[in-house]
This record gives sequence, C-alpha cells and structure tokens, in this order.
Amino acid sequence: MSGAYLLRRILLAIPAMLGISVILFTVLALAPGDPFGELVSNPNVPASVQAALRAKFGLDDPVWQRYLHWLVAMLHGDWGFSFVSRINVDTLILQRLPVTIAVIGASQVLAIMIAVPVGVLAAARPYSLFDQVANTLAFIGFSLPTFFTGLLMILLFSIRLNWLPFVFRADLPGAGWAWWWGELQQSIMPVAVLGLYQGASLVRFVRSSAMDVIKLDYVTTARSKGIGQRRVLIRHVVRNALIPVVTLVALQMPVVFGGAIITEQIFRVPGIGSLLIASILSNDTPVVMGVTFVFAGLVVLFNLIADILYGWLDPRIAFR
Amino acid sequence: MEPQELKGIIGQVKRGRMSRRAFINRMLAVGLTAPMATQLLAIGGVAMAQSASPYKPTKAGGGGTLKLLWWQGPTLLNPHFAVGTKDQDGSRLFYEPLAAWNSTGDLVPILAAELPSTENGGLAADGKSVIWKLKKGVKWHDGQPFTADDVVFNWSYAKDPATAAVTAGSYNNIVVEKIDDYTVKVVFSKPSPFWADAFVSSNGMIIPKHLFENFSGDKSRDAPTNLKPVGTGPYLFKDFRPGDLVSGVINPNYHQPNRPYFDAVEMKGGGDAASAARAVLQTGEYDFAWNLQVEDEVLTRLEAGGKGEVRVTEGGSIEHIQLNNTDPNVEVDGERSSIKTKHPTLSDPAVRQALSLLVDKDSVHKYIYGRGGAATPNFIFNPKRFASTTTKYEFNVDKAIAILDKAGWVPGPDGTRAKDGKSLKYVFQTSINQPRQKTQQIIKQACKKAGIEIEIKAVTASVFFSSDVANPDTYPHFYTDLQMYTTGPIQPDPGLFLQMFLSTEVAQKANKWQGRNITRWQSPDYDKIFHESETELDPVKRAAQLIQLNDLAINNVVVIPVVTRPSVAALNKQLKCELSGFDSYIWDYANWYKDV
Repeated sequence: MSGAYLLRRILLAIPAMLGISVILFTVLALAPGDPFGELVSNPNVPASVQAALRAKFGLDDPVWQRYLHWLVAMLHGDWGFSFVSRINVDTLILQRLPVTIAVIGASQVLAIMIAVPVGVLAAARPYSLFDQVANTLAFIGFSLPTFFTGLLMILLFSIRLNWLPFVFRADLPGAGWAWWWGELQQSIMPVAVLGLYQGASLVRFVRSSAMDVIKLDYVTTARSKGIGQRRVLIRHVVRNALIPVVTLVALQMPVVFGGAIITEQIFRVPGIGSLLIASILSNDTPVVMGVTFVFAGLVVLFNLIADILYGWLDPRIAFR
Repeated sequence: MEPQELKGIIGQVKRGRMSRRAFINRMLAVGLTAPMATQLLAIGGVAMAQSASPYKPTKAGGGGTLKLLWWQGPTLLNPHFAVGTKDQDGSRLFYEPLAAWNSTGDLVPILAAELPSTENGGLAADGKSVIWKLKKGVKWHDGQPFTADDVVFNWSYAKDPATAAVTAGSYNNIVVEKIDDYTVKVVFSKPSPFWADAFVSSNGMIIPKHLFENFSGDKSRDAPTNLKPVGTGPYLFKDFRPGDLVSGVINPNYHQPNRPYFDAVEMKGGGDAASAARAVLQTGEYDFAWNLQVEDEVLTRLEAGGKGEVRVTEGGSIEHIQLNNTDPNVEVDGERSSIKTKHPTLSDPAVRQALSLLVDKDSVHKYIYGRGGAATPNFIFNPKRFASTTTKYEFNVDKAIAILDKAGWVPGPDGTRAKDGKSLKYVFQTSINQPRQKTQQIIKQACKKAGIEIEIKAVTASVFFSSDVANPDTYPHFYTDLQMYTTGPIQPDPGLFLQMFLSTEVAQKANKWQGRNITRWQSPDYDKIFHESETELDPVKRAAQLIQLNDLAINNVVVIPVVTRPSVAALNKQLKCELSGFDSYIWDYANWYKDV
C-alpha cells in the first residue's frame, strides 16, 4: 500500500463531502420552523426579541450566503456554534463522542463475538439442528427493530424484575469496582439491543461466506492431509471467509450510528444520535450540519479502513 | 360586593379588627378567593403574609441526591437566553429571582427581604414605581456579596438590544435605579397595576454583575459563566452537558437556614414523557418528572406501581377554538383573512352561538384529557380572582339547531345548512397531536348533527407554531375558518395576555403576522375597557375590568374555551414540595425535602 493511494482516496472524499454539505444545508434551510419558534407563542416575549435573535444569528440572510459563511468557517476549522445552547459545535460533539463510541464499540464487539463463531459452526454443519436454530434466531433477531427489543428489555429487566436501570447516566458517581459495576448494569441493555441486532444479520453473512470457502479445493486438500477439523476451520476457512464480512462490518458502522439514534433515545444515552435528534427538532442548523458531517466523515473513513484491512487479510489484493 | 364596602373591610384588617384569615374567608365567599384577597390587602396597605411553608428538616443536607427527570434537557444555563421552559428550569437550579409565584398565584420573596407594599412604602401611590428591598447577607457561589448593583446590572444587560436577551420584554420599558446597596427602585413610564414582572419569576433570575459585566451586548456569547453558572441558589454548579445533564452540590452558605435538604441535585434530560413517568412512578429511579403530556389513562396505570404520584397543577393555559372574523377564502392585497374582509357566515352571531353549543367539553375532558384538562366556560379561568362567575357552558345540539333554524339557515339536500347561497362549511385546523385530532372528531360529529360541515385539517406542529412569514399554514396566518391550540397568560396576571383581542393588535401582512390578535375580532368596547385596565390601580376595579374583557370574548364567541391545560408532574411518594402553575416547576425547590 502506498502513500499516494491513501492521498488519492482522501482527495476523492473532498468533492463527496462538499456535495453532502450542500444537500444537507439546502434541505435544512427548506425545512419549516426556526430555533426560536418557541418564543413566538409566548405572549410575554415581544416579537422584536425573536427578530433581533434571527438577525444576530444571520438567519435572515439568503441560503447561499449562509452556506458560504458556514463553509468558509468550516475550512478554517470553525464549526460554528449552536443556536440553541450557544456552545461551539465541536465542543458539543466531543462531549457526546466518548459515550457513543463506547456503546457502539461494545455492541460491535458483541456482534462479532457472536456472529463469527456461530456463523462458522453453522457453515461447518449445514442444515444440522444447530444451523437451523441459529438461522431461526438470526431471522428473528434482525426482523425485530431496535426500538421494539429495547422496550421489551426495559419492560422485562427494569420493570418486571427491577434488575437494571433504564436511564443511562454519563456521570455515574463512584470509583473503582462499584463504578465499573454500575457502568456494566446501565450499559447491558443498550449494548445488547444493538449488538444482538447487528450480530443477527452478521451471522447469516458469516455462514454463507464460510460455506463458500468450505467447498473450495484447498480446504478439501487440508482435510485430506489429516489436519483436524478445528485447525482447518480456524486456520484455513475463517481468515478467507472474513474478507466479505470485514467490508460489511466496516460499511455498517455508520449505519449502526444511525440505529444508535433510536436506541440512544430509548435509553437516554447522551450520545451523538440523541444530539442529532434534539438539534433536528429544534432546527439547530450548525449542530445538525456538524453531526451529519461527522457521520459522512465516518462513512469515508470506514470505507478506507475496510480497504486497508483487505490488504492485510489477502496479500494478493494490491493498491494502486 | 361594592368597592366602598370592600375598602371598609380592608380598613378593619388594617386596624387589626379583623384577622387576615377572616378577611380572606369573606372574600372567598364572594368568589374572589385567597390570592385576589391577599393582593387586595397589599394594595389596600396591609403587608402580604410571608409564606410560612411547613419545612420539617432541622439541618441542611443529609437527603442524598435529588434526581429530576426533564425529558427535554436544558440546553443553556443563562436565564436571559432561555428559549424554552427547559432552559429556564436549568438556570433556576442555580439562579434566583427577587420573588416567585406560588401555587395560588401569590408572590413569595426569594432574594427580596420583603415584598413591596403600600404600607412599607414599596408601592408608589401613583403606581409609577416600585421599591424592592434586597435580602442582606446573600452571597454568590464564589463568595461575592449580592447587592443592588447586581439587580441594576441585570436590567441594563437584558434591555441592551445587542445582547438580544429573551427577557428583554420585561426590562425594555422600565428604568431601574439604585437607592442604596440593598434597595432598588423600578420606575415605570405609566401607572402600572401589575408591577411584579421585572426581577420576578423566570424572567427575573439575577445573574452576577462581576462575572457578566465584561460580556454584555455583542460579547454575551463569550461569557464563560454562561456554561458554569455562579448564582445564589441552594446548590452549587457541578457539571453541565447540554441536552443531557445538569448537576449541582449543596451550597453550604445558602441564605435560608437549614436548607437545602438534599446533598446534590441532578437534572437528566432526553427520552420521552411516557418513559419519564415510568422512571418515577413505576421503578422509582427518579424523584421527579416534569411536563408529562401522557394520556391520563396511562398515568393512572403507572401510578398503580405505588412508587410515586401524579400532581396536577393548574396554571392559566387553555385549549381553545378560535373563530375567524375575516374571510380566509378571499385574497386582498396579497393576504387571505384580510382585516378588510368579513367572514361570510361566521359573522352571523347565531352561527357562532350554535358552534359554541356544539363543543362537548365534558366529553373532551372525560374521554381525552382526563386530569390533564378540565372543562371551563372561561378563557381567563385562573387565578380565581380573574375568573368570571357569570359565564357558563352547555352542550346542546337541539338548542343549536333551534338557533340556526330561527336565523334562517335551512338544511340543503346534503344536510348542510345554507342561506343566500352561503353554506355552513368550515375548515378546522390544529397541530398534529393525537388528543387534538380526537377533539376535532368529537366537534365534527356534533356539528354534522346540527347541519354544519367541518373539514378537519391537521398541520405538523413545527409548521403550525412557527413564525414563518411565507408559510400559510401557521396559526398566526389563520387561513382557515376555525383553529384550535393552547395558550395562556404566563404570569398570574392576564393583563398583557388579553392584548390578543385588541383591534390594534390584528395579525396581518403589514406586521408580518406578529400581531397578537389572530381572530381579527375588533370591538371598540373591548379596546376601551382594556386601555382603562392598563392604568387602573384599584385591584378590585381592575379585576372587574379584566373579567369584563373575558366575558366580551366569551359572549361574542370570539373564542370557545375547551379545556384547561394544567401542568402534570410525577413525583416520588416521599417528596414534599409545592408546585406552581405560574412559575417554574422548581420555583421553590430550596424547600423540597423527603419525608422518610
């Protein structure tokens, strides 16, 4: 892999990001309402206050002018500030990022830890009882939307059994083991909801991709050499079967951020997703732009990571 | 009761011949109720009773963490920038006003040493100024003393157009002078019977001069204290994550003895109202949840969990139907519903009367809102001192039919009544919101029986309630025949709010639909009484005037009140607190405690 390749990929991302930002900005500008809408129906706030605020934040300028302002500032590294909280957008996003990454990361790890072994084992003995059960569960898993499983879990574990809290707190008090225990308790449900959903769809991909590889001649050769089933699976099958799975996981990462928006709302996880929802609802353009820009950046980044991982998994793939 | 007679009784209280309690009871008997009565005494020269809440804890602290669940979390902590109540509440955790409104709509001093009254010289006889005496020995969280300079600073900060403070409306038309370190004088440009606006309640929270004076006007966004409030309240600021969490720890130097009871406070945001109710009522994870716009049936079921209870607090908000006085289907000079037109059918008083008989308020209350909405005949129904006793409501289809028959509206072949080629067909709009659509259905069915055809229209809330000049579907445009939404006076004084029927306030293209009069009803009688009430210092006469204004709007069926919209909160069974429908949910939270 060369530096030139990386550079080319990054340069290609720039027009994509620009296009995304233009579309986003236009859509947001066309959407009804403004961040000070709540003031309108308040008889104690004179209309002039709202007008002054709109003028102060430049909301009365034409859309293209506002976009250029935003773009120039963005190129200088200034993400702007939220109309609603008057805090810098980058501060807001950085504040939310750790929680999102922790929850999403944990759920991805959970998904992969379930999907890879289950998928490979199911492929090793296709149409066995294990395969049937795994398949059925996977179907159920990815057919149920996260908002439904989330509510089910809350009803069962928080309300019926009263084992787990269903309000996520970013500032959990305590230290040491008590803190980790509390963190675990409050994270189990959101992580499980996201992880099982992801895992369920991954299982089917791992299974089909492993089944393709198992049929190949070199696997038969390895078997006929007398290498044990275990070693054949781990050494020869899994590594090759993982290539399409890596693409899938990488490309799904941004989607998971999207799925996390709903899960974050249900469990009150203060992540990027809930920030996005709140800012969309209050027409807070700079924050919506900032967050969606981060998402767009993530898509580009994970695509790149997927390509790099290919090279590692299969040295035959060259980068030019 | 005659004003003269009343003055005599007030005199008796003044001379000590009658107790305050006896006076209030007598006022209750004539339908004036406690708040009005105490206000009467204040202006009649008897000091208002300083609220003596039954606060049991004998020392500060020891109560653990007070956990508040605001399903829309505060996004900023400067009270002068607070866009919604969530931000006002977040700021209220640390900042305090001079005085606040309690549950009955009475004023309670917080940072004021006493309430201004005629007796203590606080209220000028001409009604043009108020003198506030500040509590001594109050310290900001950083140890600096709280003085009159801070109060004066808040006025100059909020009224500066460059600051673009949301609270500007309370400070624009007054002048604030420092008399000494602990006395300030508020001067009005004209006699002001309602003087408790500046420095009171949510618009009156005081921010410290020494931390904000360099960040006034254009630089207001740069103040570091915007994010790390330094107030006078019972808890010191600890952490703030916009939209998610605000937390504080006990203020050991709080200016009220033995308070607060809790060691820390946290206000968690996010999620939805129903699950917030669940977290208080069913699992007990939180102590208090605000603004539970959840079906009453669901709340009742959650309450069975036994961990908490639902508290309904009546404010002044009312769900009401507006009748358009102008023609929404004719365009004049580029605007529909132009004040130059007259509605072809709704201008007939008989039709308006019939419509008001066709709104089944009791069913709306019983089957849709439950505890969250009681039927009322009045537009101004709370505080009780401003509620008319002469109005009444009834649901009577037969009577409506009789009225329409008599006025010559005869049913056509499709059952819809018409006269002179004009038929009773109306478009009825409101925002998309399940209870509202159910209410629309109830009204539509009743109207159908009486031969009035209603076409239901529902607009997305973000459009309906926006100020977008270009969008014809907003409620200030009112380009339909009927519309329904909730509004109400935010303070326990409806004076300012009743502007919404003034002839000069008509919402139209010329003022970008920012006028308050959306029904475009015009009445010289109403205007005259309103202007008289603006400078009327005799509270009894003024209350009578405001009640007359309400009656004019009701009797002319300018609006049809449907149900009241009280605030609904869920609280832990052990939590003791007084809530107010006229102020923040946490107006008094220094006095909250748990009875364990």
